[in-house]
Amino acid sequence: MVTFQILPYLLEGTWRALQIFVLTLVFSIPLGIVVARLRQSTLRVIQLPVRFYLLIMRGTPLILQLIFFMYFPPFVLGIPIGRFSAVILAFSLNYAAYFAEIFRGGLESIPRGQFEAGHVLGFTSGQTFTRIVLPQVIKRILPPSASEAMTLVKDTALAQIIGVAELFRAAQNSTSRLVSIEPIIAAGVIYLILNSLVALVFSRFEKKLSYYRH
Amino acid sequence: MPSDIVLSVENLAKRFGTLEVLKSIHLTVHRGEVVVIIGPSGSGKSTLLRLINQLELADSGNITVGGQVLCKNDPHGRSVYVAKADLKAIQLKIGLVFQSFNLFPHFTIERNITEAPVHVLGQPVAEAKTKAAALLKKLGLSEKAQNYPFQLSGGQQQRAAIARALALEPEVLFFDEPTSALDPELTGEVLKVIRQLAAEHMTMVVVTHEMAFARELADRIIFMDQGVIIEEGTPEQVFNSTHERTRQFLRHYSE
Repeated sequence: MVTFQILPYLLEGTWRALQIFVLTLVFSIPLGIVVARLRQSTLRVIQLPVRFYLLIMRGTPLILQLIFFMYFPPFVLGIPIGRFSAVILAFSLNYAAYFAEIFRGGLESIPRGQFEAGHVLGFTSGQTFTRIVLPQVIKRILPPSASEAMTLVKDTALAQIIGVAELFRAAQNSTSRLVSIEPIIAAGVIYLILNSLVALVFSRFEKKLSYYRH
Repeated sequence: MPSDIVLSVENLAKRFGTLEVLKSIHLTVHRGEVVVIIGPSGSGKSTLLRLINQLELADSGNITVGGQVLCKNDPHGRSVYVAKADLKAIQLKIGLVFQSFNLFPHFTIERNITEAPVHVLGQPVAEAKTKAAALLKKLGLSEKAQNYPFQLSGGQQQRAAIARALALEPEVLFFDEPTSALDPELTGEVLKVIRQLAAEHMTMVVVTHEMAFARELADRIIFMDQGVIIEEGTPEQVFNSTHERTRQFLRHYSE
């Protein structure tokens, strides 16, 4: 099989994809939580920009956003940006929007009684949030978060549009060079393995939190 | 005869949008008293309890809890609350038991009870656990200490919720329809606990539809309708009322 010839090349691309995956999660999850909290604000000065951001990020293709963050900073703002940085910036802003809405959904599904019980027992709103609400939110958002993470693994393929050498580009190059579809299939298998691991991790996490219901 | 006033409410008014939920409520509760509030849905009974427990903000009126002012009217008749730093101290003097229990599902029953004493009052964990064990024993829930709320029946959950409120040793305990979400067979075990607390002279304000219970345990019954107190008196007075609205309401509960 020709795949073995180019496996090291594919694995380099895989490594790149993993870097994008990890860095995106590292930035987008905290940012998503912040955005979700901001969205709760009653001030229009905050509400409107936040909702605009959420609409743009979720309403336009990620591939377009990648091109935007590659060319907008240097050519319009005069700020140079490396390809990989542009990728992480675009991915983080994009995924933060999705995580923000997932988080908001989880937060709004917590019964008001939980907040009220916390309040009458004398907890500060900070304590109520971290000790009582947040653990419950995390449990609730594990399934949609798993989906998001799996989509992210696949979306890393889009980084090629601004010249980042990730797995799928490597597979496409090999396929045309070797005139065989095998590299593409191999890439597919690698994505599947990666996502199986993601699914497994989330599944373990869900199981760990299944000690209680509701 | 109980003498000190643990709760004082004057001219309390609250509206939600255009709906006036409380029009002008006066209420005084003395130490050791059991006050039962009855009335149809929408009469404002729950709102009254929620205002006292700081779950809503009063529009107008004065609330004094355990001798400390919570809110007071300004010259324009709007309620002004005391500083944030004092609000917590005032809230810790009282407790509230909810209709839907509101136990924390991710904590064991024991932790539900110890969490506030430890993280709000700063009690050492061991001490909190000992006190929790005593409360659980008193309420007949000792074997459930390490269980989670979802594993308990409704009656057990409500008793656990009462234990959780008692752990902070409040001066007054409020109950917002404590048995309304329970199957009829389970209401008995919760009423038994309230009866026990009354025997121990716990000051309590109970909103309920359980008329027999109200009749038996209340020192005073308050009948509310559409945001005002229609009638107030001993169980004998209220249940034999000559007031038309009261009779009309009680007719639905004739045994």
